[in-house]
Amino acid sequence: MSEKISGAEAIIRGLVAEGVDRVFGYPGGAIIPVYDKLYDHTDEITHILTRHEQGAIHAAQGYARVSGRTGVVIVTSGPAATNVITGLSDAMMDSTPLVVITGQISADLLGSDAFQETDVVGITQPITKWAYQIRNAEEVESALARAFYIANSGRPGPVVLDFAKNAQNQMIEWHPYRKCNFIRSYNPSPDIPEADLRRAADLINAAKRPLIIAGHGVMISGAEDALRALAEKGDIPVGSTLLGLSSLNSDHPLFKGMVGMHGNIGPNFNTNRADVLVCIGMRFDDRVTGEPDKYAPQAKIIHIDIDPSEFNKNIKAYATIHGDARKTLEGLLPMVRENKHTRWIKSFDEANAVEREKVIKDAVSGSDPLAPPHMGEVALAVSLAAGPDPVLVTDVGLNQMLSARYFRYSAPKSIITSGGLGTMGFGLPAAIGARMGAPERTVCYFAGDGGFQMTIQELGTIMQYSTPVKMIVLNNDFLGNVRQWQALFYNNRFSQTPMINPDFNTIADAYRIANERVDCREQLAPAIARMMEHPGAFLLNVRIDECDMVFPMTPNGCAVDHIILNQDNEIFTMNDDGQQ
Amino acid sequence: MDNNNTLFTIAVFAENHVGLLNQLSIIFTRRCLNIESVSASQCSIPGVHKITITCYSNRTIMEKVISQIEKRIDVIKAFLYTDSEIVYQEVALYKVPTARLLDEEHLEEIIRRHNARILEITRDNTIIEKTGHYDETQALFEELIRYDIRQFVRSGRVTITKSPHELVDRFLTDQEERKRRIHD
Repeated sequence: MSEKISGAEAIIRGLVAEGVDRVFGYPGGAIIPVYDKLYDHTDEITHILTRHEQGAIHAAQGYARVSGRTGVVIVTSGPAATNVITGLSDAMMDSTPLVVITGQISADLLGSDAFQETDVVGITQPITKWAYQIRNAEEVESALARAFYIANSGRPGPVVLDFAKNAQNQMIEWHPYRKCNFIRSYNPSPDIPEADLRRAADLINAAKRPLIIAGHGVMISGAEDALRALAEKGDIPVGSTLLGLSSLNSDHPLFKGMVGMHGNIGPNFNTNRADVLVCIGMRFDDRVTGEPDKYAPQAKIIHIDIDPSEFNKNIKAYATIHGDARKTLEGLLPMVRENKHTRWIKSFDEANAVEREKVIKDAVSGSDPLAPPHMGEVALAVSLAAGPDPVLVTDVGLNQMLSARYFRYSAPKSIITSGGLGTMGFGLPAAIGARMGAPERTVCYFAGDGGFQMTIQELGTIMQYSTPVKMIVLNNDFLGNVRQWQALFYNNRFSQTPMINPDFNTIADAYRIANERVDCREQLAPAIARMMEHPGAFLLNVRIDECDMVFPMTPNGCAVDHIILNQDNEIFTMNDDGQQ
Repeated sequence: MDNNNTLFTIAVFAENHVGLLNQLSIIFTRRCLNIESVSASQCSIPGVHKITITCYSNRTIMEKVISQIEKRIDVIKAFLYTDSEIVYQEVALYKVPTARLLDEEHLEEIIRRHNARILEITRDNTIIEKTGHYDETQALFEELIRYDIRQFVRSGRVTITKSPHELVDRFLTDQEERKRRIHD
C-alpha cells in the first residue's frame, strides 16, 4: 500500500534521505506547511532559528564550508527570500554548496503581486547555480534530488528551490526517495586527458622558478595531501589565496604565505619572477592579480579548475586542466620529477625576512603595555591560545586581512571568510554555523565594530543554542578598512567612517554571554586565556587604535610586485638573483 | 586589436525549461552587451531547444560569454560562429496598402526580383514575405518604403552549421555513456 503525504512532508523526508540533520531558517506565512511537518521530524532534523534570514544563510555557509556538507536553509517568501540574496551571492562567489528552500505563494496567484510575493527565481538566477520553482508536489522529489546533486558536485554553489504553497499542501503518493546522480546537460566530473597532465608535468619539470598558488578548490576537492606531496616532490614553494589558506599548514617549510593585495611579500613578489605558475582551484580575482596586464609576465601559467569558464577569464593561461583538483594533482604526482629549487626557495625566505622585519614585527607586538594592542597581535595571540586545529571565521575589512595573515593554520578548512563578495556581517552567523559543522573545534570569530553590528542580532541565536563561539571584536570606533584607504589615498578625509558605538559588553550581558573588555596590551593575554578556558560563548571587546592599518599592500591598479610596506609609502625592493 | 563590431551568432542547445531565456539574457546584461536578435525553437533532439542569438562584440568577450552560458546547468552546449561558418536565414513580413500597390505597375517586377511572395491580399492590405539575409530583407524594405509600408517585422536568425560533426549529439552520447558507467 502506498502512502499519501503532502508536498511539505515529502520535502522533509527528502532532506532526511539526503542525510541532512541540521537546517537553518526562519518561519513565515508561505512556508508554514513545511515547518508544520518539520515539527514531526525534530528527532531527525535540528532546526536552528536565527534572528534574521541573512543570519540563517550565512550560518549555513559557515556550516557547509567547515564540513564540506551541503548547507540547508528554509525561509518564507517575499522579504525572507530577498533577505537571503546576499548569502546566495556570497555562496556563488565562494563556491559554497547550499540548498535554499523559499516559500512561495500558491501557484494560481503567481504574477498577481500577492502578499509577500517576489519573483524569487527571476531574482536569484544570476547569483545561483540553479534556481527552480516547485509548483506541483509531484516535482518535490526530483527537484530536491537535483538540487542536492547540483549544489555539491562540480564547482559547488547555491541552489534555490522556490516552493509554492499549493504544492506544499498537495497530497501525493510517497515512494522511496531516489537521489540524483546524473543530469544530461551537466558534467561535474570530467575525465582528465592524459595529454593535459603530461603537458603540465613537462612544464613543471622544466621549470627553474616554479610557484604553486593554491586556491579554495584544493580544500573543496580534498586535494590537501596531493598538494603537499606534489610540492615536496618537486620542491615547489606554495602560496595560497585567502580562501586557499590552510590547504597547507602554516608551518610547512614550503608554505610561503598568502597572495593578493595584503598577502605576503614572498609569493606576491615572486609571482612576477616565476617561470611556471601552477594555479590550483583559484580564479584570479582582481584582489589576487593586481593589474592583470602586469601579472606574472615571465610565467607560463598552468590553470587547474573544475569550472572551465574560469579559464582565460581574467588571466590567460598557457595550459589548462579541466578537472577536479585532487584527481588532477594525483595524476600529476607520478609524472613530476623529484627536484630541488634551493636558491629560488631561499628568495621567498629572504623576502619574507624583510616582511618580518619591516611589517610583521610591529604588527604582532608592541612595547607599551598600556597602549591598545595591534589587530595582528590579537589574531596571533588568539590563534596560539586556541588549542588544536582552531577555525578562524572572519568578518570583512581590516579584521579579516589581519586575522587571516596572523592566524596559524594547522588543519584544512580552518578559515571561513567572505572572499569574493566581501560581505560585512558574514562573520557572526558564519561562526555559529562553523561551530555546528565542526563541534570538536574551537571557532574564533574576528570582526570589526562595523561588521559586528551588521548581524549583531545573531547573539540571540548564540544564546538560544549555547553555541560556544569565541568572538573577538576589534573595536576602533571606525570603519577601519575604508579609513585606511581614506588615509592613504584620500588625503585623510574620513568621510562617514567614524562610528559611535554602544557598549558591546553590556549588549553581551543582555544576551547572557560571558564577556570581557581589553583596553591595553597587558590585559590581552590573560583575557584571551580566560576566554579559552570558559566553556561557552565569549565576547572579547578589544580596544584598537584607529590608526592601526594592514600592510603590506599592493594598491589597486598596481602590479603584484609593487608592494607598499608602511604608511610612509616605502616600497619593497629586492635584487633579482632568485635564479638557480 | 579586437574588433568590437563583428556580428557573432551564438547557438545554444538547452533543456526547454521555464526561465531559460532569462538565464541566457542576464549573462549579456552583466556585460552590457546588446542582443541584436534572438530566436528559439525545438531542435531535432527530443526535449532540446535551440536558441540563436546575434550580438555585436569581439571574440575575446564572446568566448567568455559562451563559457558562462555553458556553465548554466540547463544548457547542454553553446557555440560561437561568424557568418562564414553557418547557413542562416531570417524572415521578414511587410504590410503595404493594397491600393498603393495596385497603382504601381512595377509591383510584380519587385516581387520577382526580390524572390518574395505575397501571403495575403485583402481590400485594405497586402502582406508580403521575404526570406533571406539581413541585407536582402532590408533591400526589399527600402524599396517598399515608397508604398507607405504600414508594418515591417524581421525574425531572429535561424542557423544550421556547415560543420561535418554534430557536436551536441556527440556530447549527449558521451553523457549517456557516463550515465551508464555511473549506474553500473
